[in-house]
Amino acid sequence: MNRPFYEFTLKEAIGVAREGGLREILRALRDRIQALQPKINAFVRYDFDQDLSAVSSQSVVAGVPLAVKDNICIRGKETTCASKILKGHTPPYDAAVIERLKAAGATILGQCNMDEFAFGSSCETSSFGPTRNPWDTTRVPGGSSGGSAAAVAADMAIAALGSDTGGSIRQPASLCGVVGLKPTYGRVSRYGLIAFGSSFDQIGPLTKTVEDSAILMNVLAGHDPRDSTSAMQPVPDYTKSLVCDVRDLRIGLPAEYFVEGLDREVDKSVRAAAETFRKLGATIKTIRLPHTPYSVAVYYIVAVAEASSNLGRFDGVQYGLRIPTKEIREMYFETRDEGFGVEAKRRILLGTFVLSAGYYEAYYRKGQKVRTLIRKDFYEAFEEVDLILTPTSPTPAFKIGEKANDPLAMYLSDIFTIPVNLSGIPAISIPCGFTSSGLPIGMQLAARPFQEELIFRAAYTFEQETGIYKTKPKL
Amino acid sequence: MSYESVIGLEVHVQLGTKSKLFCPCSTEFGAEPNRHTCPVCLGWPGSLPVLNEEALRLAIKVGLALNCHIAERLKFDRKNYFYPDLPKAYQISQYDMPVNSKGWLMIQMRDENGGVHQKKIGITRAHLEEDAGKLLHEEVPDGTLVDYNRAGIPLLEIVSEPDLSSPEEAYEYLVSLKAILQYLEVSDCDMEKGRLRCDANVSVRKSGEVKLGTKTEIKNLNSFRAVQKALAYEIRRQTEILDSKGRVVQETRLWNEDRGQTFSMRSKEEAHDYRYFPEPDLVPFTISRQTVEDIRRTLPELPAERVERFKKDYGLGEYDALVLVQDRKSAHYYEECVREKVSPKMASNWIQSELMALLKLHKAAIENSPVGPKDLAGLIRLIENNTISGKIAKDVLPIMFETRKSAEDIIKEKNWVQVTDTRLIEEIADRILAANPQSVATFKAGKKQALGHLVGQIMKETQGKANPKLVNEILLKKIAKS
Amino acid sequence: MEFNIDRIAELARLNLKSGEKEKLEKDLESILGYVKKLESLETSQVEPTSHVLDLENVFRPDTVKSTEIQEEVLEHAPSRHAKFFKVPKVVEKE
Repeated sequence: MNRPFYEFTLKEAIGVAREGGLREILRALRDRIQALQPKINAFVRYDFDQDLSAVSSQSVVAGVPLAVKDNICIRGKETTCASKILKGHTPPYDAAVIERLKAAGATILGQCNMDEFAFGSSCETSSFGPTRNPWDTTRVPGGSSGGSAAAVAADMAIAALGSDTGGSIRQPASLCGVVGLKPTYGRVSRYGLIAFGSSFDQIGPLTKTVEDSAILMNVLAGHDPRDSTSAMQPVPDYTKSLVCDVRDLRIGLPAEYFVEGLDREVDKSVRAAAETFRKLGATIKTIRLPHTPYSVAVYYIVAVAEASSNLGRFDGVQYGLRIPTKEIREMYFETRDEGFGVEAKRRILLGTFVLSAGYYEAYYRKGQKVRTLIRKDFYEAFEEVDLILTPTSPTPAFKIGEKANDPLAMYLSDIFTIPVNLSGIPAISIPCGFTSSGLPIGMQLAARPFQEELIFRAAYTFEQETGIYKTKPKL
Repeated sequence: MSYESVIGLEVHVQLGTKSKLFCPCSTEFGAEPNRHTCPVCLGWPGSLPVLNEEALRLAIKVGLALNCHIAERLKFDRKNYFYPDLPKAYQISQYDMPVNSKGWLMIQMRDENGGVHQKKIGITRAHLEEDAGKLLHEEVPDGTLVDYNRAGIPLLEIVSEPDLSSPEEAYEYLVSLKAILQYLEVSDCDMEKGRLRCDANVSVRKSGEVKLGTKTEIKNLNSFRAVQKALAYEIRRQTEILDSKGRVVQETRLWNEDRGQTFSMRSKEEAHDYRYFPEPDLVPFTISRQTVEDIRRTLPELPAERVERFKKDYGLGEYDALVLVQDRKSAHYYEECVREKVSPKMASNWIQSELMALLKLHKAAIENSPVGPKDLAGLIRLIENNTISGKIAKDVLPIMFETRKSAEDIIKEKNWVQVTDTRLIEEIADRILAANPQSVATFKAGKKQALGHLVGQIMKETQGKANPKLVNEILLKKIAKS
Repeated sequence: MEFNIDRIAELARLNLKSGEKEKLEKDLESILGYVKKLESLETSQVEPTSHVLDLENVFRPDTVKSTEIQEEVLEHAPSRHAKFFKVPKVVEKE
């Protein structure tokens, strides 16, 4: 039986495009998106009217259409972070990753829904309405890159880009049963990514397979002189790491991640994955990351402080929404009050408070210090092990609305992904099983800075061994 | 009751880089509004800053010239506030790890008796930051216009210790600082183009009191003289308040040049809380001691060193040397002139008096003077070799300004060559002595000023061209013989 | 509670007029209560982390490059006048 083109992996689609099948892929995706968009709401904008005349079938991506999160600037295309305050905002420049995708011959098919300004873990705070989980449309896809994850899971996109500040690629990848990589901080240029937490943000791929993730990382990674925090390290060919062999690897399971609050089925699935690695020859050991319980607190001080400052520029002066007033001071209040959703206001207020006079030392500086302790935990653990294996999210996808009124409960759903951003290390989420009700479960593999290759090798080995990725949601 | 004032100055100087502090936009002045902008200096979402290496180098250069400690490690911080000239709603500045700290500069104050004494003024810090855009309030009736060409231009904010105790000292501090910055060629310090700006902090306290009084900050100071005048006004205002047992309000006041007064800004703005925190988009910087020494080697001769050299090499007095040196271009002019082997003392006098007056009259800058240093030296040489008198020379210089002819050509044309022909002067002297026996008698009787009358007669006869020294000698000789 | 929502909202230029204030105040107090757990950690000897990478001294050379986006951004602005951005009156003059 012939699989429809939209089900193809990036690797497969590139093969088809090289043989002249690009238009057919595009058509298949158009039909798929038009059929599913009302149900899933994965996109905020798409454009099927692509000019393919300049596409070289010999380029790296051979014109294969991709989707990007709505916080990555595309020259001449509306880019809004799913926020009312940026309605109509059209950047006059391409983000570095967009330049790289274009140079590699990719077609940008559409922009994916997200939590407003990437503030959220459920994709419910978007001004375009919530995205739904393709495995169960009464549930959230995770967030903030929920649109990207849902689009890939529902075969509405061959692959997509997301951004990850505290788990925004990995947690939705986990909840939607796809592969999501947060690269080492500095590996992918942030130039053109509308900032949330500047010392945390990284762009990364959401894909159907580990191989696709490696293919995209070959395009995305590399030094960019326009980003002062862009790393100079040479970029390896990540597809060379796609080898089924984990015999030399030491994998650690941090005791602090398998505690109360962790869903029993998730716990079981991730432990089973560890057992699979052991069977394949890896060494499994329990490690300690003692400052883990402080991660969420640190994150909601430091990242949110940066966010409050980064979002000051949305003031109605140069771009986006402006509520006209007689006097400038009122314009700021009216515009920002009207333009930001409630979660954005919550974080702006929190970030403003922790930086304000009299509280900076007790909150912001304290948070930065504990961030040091959390980083140190990881560096010490990596003396003993090469990779750290954890659940990506403590629970599978939750119901839409379930945590919407309890911000703290929502924040705690990123408890396993946040420490990775606090440390700047790379980590992937790949599917490792399903709950009894058929919801995907994801596991997270983290490595030392710039050791994405180890992550790819272990993830690829597991994926090829188990074949979990072949199961698709029924839509 | 006697009071003393305590003054500190904050000077913002634009560093003379070609491109902005964090992006490659041009720093050229006078472009069409918003022409020199890009996503970075407009603060567009997603854009990121990268530090201009030259800006840091120039900042260190100034730090060294101001005897500052150059930080081993520095970082940038965000200063958060909302204002339409600030595109990102934060300014990238330096908070607790400035590039330069703990320096000083010397100011020279003229004593009442014409001498000069020095005073050391501390520099608290000099840090790098980006400039904001420009707001135009008066162009349209229903709004304010914004031009971001200036946004992101590199500034060095130089903060003095409150070591200045009078408006005159504040003025001299600015003159000295400007001279250093110009010698370093880091800025032309053109206040009209906003390349040097100054805010002043001033408080007044009873003489002898240790505790500082409440200070006010004065803004909108458009010239060094304005700083001096505004401070004098503000000190008077604060003193009157204290005299009448009132309280000085800590506030920002604007100087109104036309009315010669400061006015409260009366802003309803809440107390500032800038929420400084380390700029995550820029990495930290370390400055090796080797780099500092390399930059130190590029420092030119600075004003203080040049004053000493002028005193030593040219025999100038402290004051003359200072006046010439404080403006780098006049110092250069002077040295070019002296290089022609004319008397350094005469060159100094001629530049400071006659040349400066004519430049002022013609509204010309010294570097564009119609009479160049070599031309002036030509004129001085004619005085030195007795071709013309100093008096005639004063008539020649304005003609040089007008016609751009050499002094030599002018005196030839005008037939102003000094008469040094002894026989001719003797002939005239004989005639004059014969016609004025009375004067001769008076002189011989001891009234020395009678000689002046005789000299005057000879000068009249020669249309002022006789060498006065020669005339004197000949007259005395002839009277003695008679 | 030390958290004064009016002062913070003023600093952040938010007026929270659509009845959000009470709910946000409660949320923020609960989050700040949670964050308090950091107080139990002794950190007097710990250096703060501002950057996770050991990068330093990242510069650009002092060269001019023109982007030519002036007309594009002015065209896109909420309000312009000639080649200027235009905003409501800034009243902070004497």
